[in-house]
Amino acid sequence: MRTMGLAGLDELVAALGRAGYEVYGPRARDGAIVLAPIAGVADLPHGVGDTQDAAFYRLRDRGDAKVFGYSTAVQGLKPVLFPAHELLWKARKTPIGFDVEDADATPPKPRAFLGARDCDLRALAVHDTVLASREFADKAYGQRREGVFVVAVTCSDPCGTCFCVSQGGSPKPQEGYDLALTELLDGDGHRFLVEVGSERGAEILAEVTTTDAPPTDTAAADAVVAEATASMGRTLDTSDLHDVMYAAADSPHWDEVAARCLACTNCTLVCPTCFCTSVEDTTDLTKSMTERHRVWDSCFGSRFSYIHGGVVRESGKSRYRQWITHKLAGYQDQFGLSGCVGCGRCITWCPAAIDITAEAAALRAGLTTGATDALETAGETR
Amino acid sequence: MTATDVVRDATAPGPMAPRPFRVVARRQDTHDTATLDLIPLYGEQAKWRSGQFMMLYAFGVGEIAVSISGGALPGEPLRHTIRDVGAVSHALVSSQVGDVIGVRGPFGTSWDAMDAVGGDVMFIAGGIGLAPLRPSILEAMRRRGEFRHVILLYGSRPGEGFLFTDEIEDWERNHGFTVHQGVRAGLAAVTSAPTFDPDHLLTLACGPDIMMEVAAKTLVGKGVPADKVRLSMERSMHCGIGLCGHCQMREAFLCVDGPVFNYDQLIPLLATEEL
Repeated sequence: MRTMGLAGLDELVAALGRAGYEVYGPRARDGAIVLAPIAGVADLPHGVGDTQDAAFYRLRDRGDAKVFGYSTAVQGLKPVLFPAHELLWKARKTPIGFDVEDADATPPKPRAFLGARDCDLRALAVHDTVLASREFADKAYGQRREGVFVVAVTCSDPCGTCFCVSQGGSPKPQEGYDLALTELLDGDGHRFLVEVGSERGAEILAEVTTTDAPPTDTAAADAVVAEATASMGRTLDTSDLHDVMYAAADSPHWDEVAARCLACTNCTLVCPTCFCTSVEDTTDLTKSMTERHRVWDSCFGSRFSYIHGGVVRESGKSRYRQWITHKLAGYQDQFGLSGCVGCGRCITWCPAAIDITAEAAALRAGLTTGATDALETAGETR
Repeated sequence: MTATDVVRDATAPGPMAPRPFRVVARRQDTHDTATLDLIPLYGEQAKWRSGQFMMLYAFGVGEIAVSISGGALPGEPLRHTIRDVGAVSHALVSSQVGDVIGVRGPFGTSWDAMDAVGGDVMFIAGGIGLAPLRPSILEAMRRRGEFRHVILLYGSRPGEGFLFTDEIEDWERNHGFTVHQGVRAGLAAVTSAPTFDPDHLLTLACGPDIMMEVAAKTLVGKGVPADKVRLSMERSMHCGIGLCGHCQMREAFLCVDGPVFNYDQLIPLLATEEL
């Protein structure tokens, strides 16, 4: 393993730029950590930490020089690789009908992501499965995903809404990265332990000034992971969770959640695995040119389930039930994985402080007090 | 990771791009329902199986999911029967011979009525639900000798009118179909008949959720196995290919796992309101 200093990190960003990547990294902007293009280490959030809890997000001065000292950024990689708005095709009226032209298929400039966390990478793996592994695939996602370079970072300071460990994650990036860094700041100075995850990662790292990592650095990195693992802000009991969610379909608890839920869609916007979209058409004033756009949609919207004659999910409780049941159970049947990576963003950004871990626990508790046989029934009907 | 596989066909038109089809025939079925026959402007006619649906696009208006009502034999035109219930369906129903509309698909699962060969087959239609059943009804008609009883139960709301009335008469008169048609057509007429044999019956049903559920429950109550009752489900669809998420019912994507389901798969899904 190798170690590099802050200057090495700057060299890494420069090397990625020379290799043709548009480099995205964390920046402190408008009081939040957001993922945005960066030119070098100067753009990173030096000494910035965050405090997150249900319906609470504030940046804070860490009083140190760490550049990855925050927990989760406001959003994962989703807005870049699966943008909220995208042109699908254009059509033009012709004398005999109309011609359709797919959106520009020129592959975009490949992106490199600096600072991605394990939850971000696991969410990326979910999107790879949902959007690019089945019979029909999202072509534009596949194109953007293809050349991605990931410099992942170990979480040193999980926040109050983090529960990745419950969902099989870890503060330490496990897979899906080209390079992985662990930021160390102690008496031995400010440095980054570097692990290589791919050949491309090794090639880029060869252009950066690094030294052999002393055993004390690997030990220090292990200590960071151990401490972070032990300081998750929340936990989620995942035992039989799939069956619990299905069995709780008629729980009275949904009314209690619906009384608080504003159906504002914040949770689905910040969720790194949410993938629902709508199509919108725009036509010019001559009615001869028209465009179809794909836009993010949310199962909390009243029109989401509209068909002629009405809306299938009329009530707020049915929409919340759809979202959380899909995340914690439906994904498993559909894709063989959980739709929740434990990043905690839906908890932080819910203006009503609705907490997926607490609601799942309440639904489970309702079953154990009320009807354990309902759980068995759900298991049988799978 | 299969994102690479996606990039490979980067120049091919994506599954989200409609193909232009010309309306070559149009028939007004009821006051609000019309049938269009379609052939592609370019390239080959689409190939489909009975029970599948297409995404139909009215230029500059939008796109909706519509089941195929035409027979699936090679050479038959692509046929859609559309009820005017919204902006897009209104534009489609209003199209005239010579107009061009967009078509994507076919998508979804099929009826597979031939699973009933050697036994009885029953079609249960509610209103416009007869249209998606028609391709399978035609299959049963063409291979009538391979079935014992072929039953059509077709109900409609008061004032809604009836589709394909000339054909229904032909099926009944010339092909030995047992037809129960009417505003109050009910299952009792079928289940109480001496010809009803629950062990050798395949039922294909299409109509409002509640009609299909009541029919399925009734049949299962009379001893028909739940996996021998097939229902065609309808929900909001924007993509037709399992990506947009709108048509989900718990773990099912209706567009790719359906629209045709065996009732046993649907029992837990229909049991909960607003799922």
